[in-house]
Amino acid sequence: MSAISLSRGTGSPDSSPPAATAERAQPRRHRWYRQPALMAGLVIIGLILFAVIAAPLLTSYNPDAQNLNATLLGPSAHHLLGTDQEGRDTFARLLYGGRVDIRVAFIAVLFPFVLGTVLGSVAGYFGGWIDILIMRLVDIVVAFPFFVLIIALVFVLGPGERSIYIAITLVGWVSYARIIRGEILVAKRQEYVLAAQSGGLSNLRIMGRHLLPNVITQAIIYAMSDIVQDILAIVTLSYLGLGIQPPTPDWGTMISNGQNFLTTHWELTTIPGLAVVVTGLGLSLIGDGLADLLRPGQ
Amino acid sequence: MGRMTFVFRRLLLLVPTALGVTIITFFMIHLIPGDPARTILGIHATPRAIAILHREWGLDRPLASQYWLFMDRLFHGNLGMSLYYNVPVWGLITSHLPATLWLICYAAVLAIIISVPLAMIAASRKDGIRDHVVRAVPLLGLGMPAFWLALILQTEFAVKYRLFPVTGYGTGIPGHLHAMFLPALTVAIALCPVVIRSLRASMLNVLGADYVTTARSKGVPGPRLFVRHVLRNAVIPAVTVLGINIGFLIGGTLIVEQVFAIPGIGALMINSIFSRDFPVVQGIALTFGIMVVLVNLLTDVAYASLDPRVRFDR
Repeated sequence: MSAISLSRGTGSPDSSPPAATAERAQPRRHRWYRQPALMAGLVIIGLILFAVIAAPLLTSYNPDAQNLNATLLGPSAHHLLGTDQEGRDTFARLLYGGRVDIRVAFIAVLFPFVLGTVLGSVAGYFGGWIDILIMRLVDIVVAFPFFVLIIALVFVLGPGERSIYIAITLVGWVSYARIIRGEILVAKRQEYVLAAQSGGLSNLRIMGRHLLPNVITQAIIYAMSDIVQDILAIVTLSYLGLGIQPPTPDWGTMISNGQNFLTTHWELTTIPGLAVVVTGLGLSLIGDGLADLLRPGQ
Repeated sequence: MGRMTFVFRRLLLLVPTALGVTIITFFMIHLIPGDPARTILGIHATPRAIAILHREWGLDRPLASQYWLFMDRLFHGNLGMSLYYNVPVWGLITSHLPATLWLICYAAVLAIIISVPLAMIAASRKDGIRDHVVRAVPLLGLGMPAFWLALILQTEFAVKYRLFPVTGYGTGIPGHLHAMFLPALTVAIALCPVVIRSLRASMLNVLGADYVTTARSKGVPGPRLFVRHVLRNAVIPAVTVLGINIGFLIGGTLIVEQVFAIPGIGALMINSIFSRDFPVVQGIALTFGIMVVLVNLLTDVAYASLDPRVRFDR
């Protein structure tokens, strides 16, 4: 449910770039580097990706190495962001934790994307009882609040990364199915599809080669805001102890560990939280920018 | 099609969805790896306890018969017994529901109070500086973990400045309003980006309408134009946006209740997960699902009756 509205939010016409009317005459506006939102988002995400991938180069500390002689230190030249209650370097944990969260989120978004796209295409293209069946299923899944179903599913499946993927797939596919189905319903009445049909091409070929490239854009744009949702879900699950399992560093676990020291060492909780916020902001900006770029004329 | 027919049809459509919600919650138990009863009761469970749970849930019967048992009990208001509290799940849920409903409504009101002026500022000068700021800043809220924001607000305003109680739900209406301000604000902040966006778009639509142009050309001053002509027509969509996002709203309350120790069903669900109290988790998931279905129905019906232009022939 939330997912759908977020997609509308990101993709709605109001997210047009600055001075849209004035610049509309200039086709250059549609070049990707002329989109301030997209550029800002790409820079933010680029820096974050660089930092987490190059983590071993940026810090010499092992994120799991405890040093009980150096607990809860403030920032210093040795420990850029200080240490936590077990003497682990916060900066190292932030980088390596980001590695885990971002990797899991990017993988997690793929499964619902594929499943939703396939089911949405089938529903939209064939219509009839299969459409009714799939869309009923969508209605039912959408009836559950995103977090409620994710948390309940990970609870029954048992904590860990595998459960996160399964839960996000089972819950997340519905948004993609709705988006793709809607797009296919419009696209399948166009001449090129009728031509392909009368040319005797198989349904699979028409869907895969002719329709999909024309309708996938919306799903890709939506996927950007969906990754934000997934990161939040992963961090929330880890905060509750259901997600990434210790000792693997992760932003959610860092926040949860730090909350006992909030009044004395606020940075232990604040910093990983800010990392989540900035990552989310970067991805949202990319989503907005892509929406403007790929849907000109709105 | 008349209004009543529309409502009736919408009610009929509710039935399969509600049934689906029960099927999904019913099947959750079968997603538990291994023997659900053994997993739930833990390694120290006695064979007797496991056998009792098997019989209670009908795990030794065929699937269809298990579902029938589940539904039969459901219609008698029986969601099973809590394994941890050892009281009926239904009673637990009804006693925890008021706090959650309070939080949801409070958050919705705060979201509207925050979003309407901001959306007005953004829409009043499209593509101006203020518009960009109003559109960019809420993006921060989109990626903000609710529990994190809750912790920060709690530490700053409750622990440090003692403006609000750190935890709890308060007594009486003024008490609730005071104690639940920070939790409701947390949920509202997560909701605002979505509401502001839709609201801004609908205000821009209204601003482009003929009757606004007419009012302008008649010389109606700006503020009056906004309040009398634009706001009125843009608030209905805001309420609808909230209705559509009820799932998002509810999802936000889960962890926020937990952080602020509000005795609602969200915190109850999280605590039941920690105590591996499966029947309670199942019952709450079902309650939330049904709640969303009902709110969506109410939103549709309210929208249809508030806006005379809505047509019913869909």
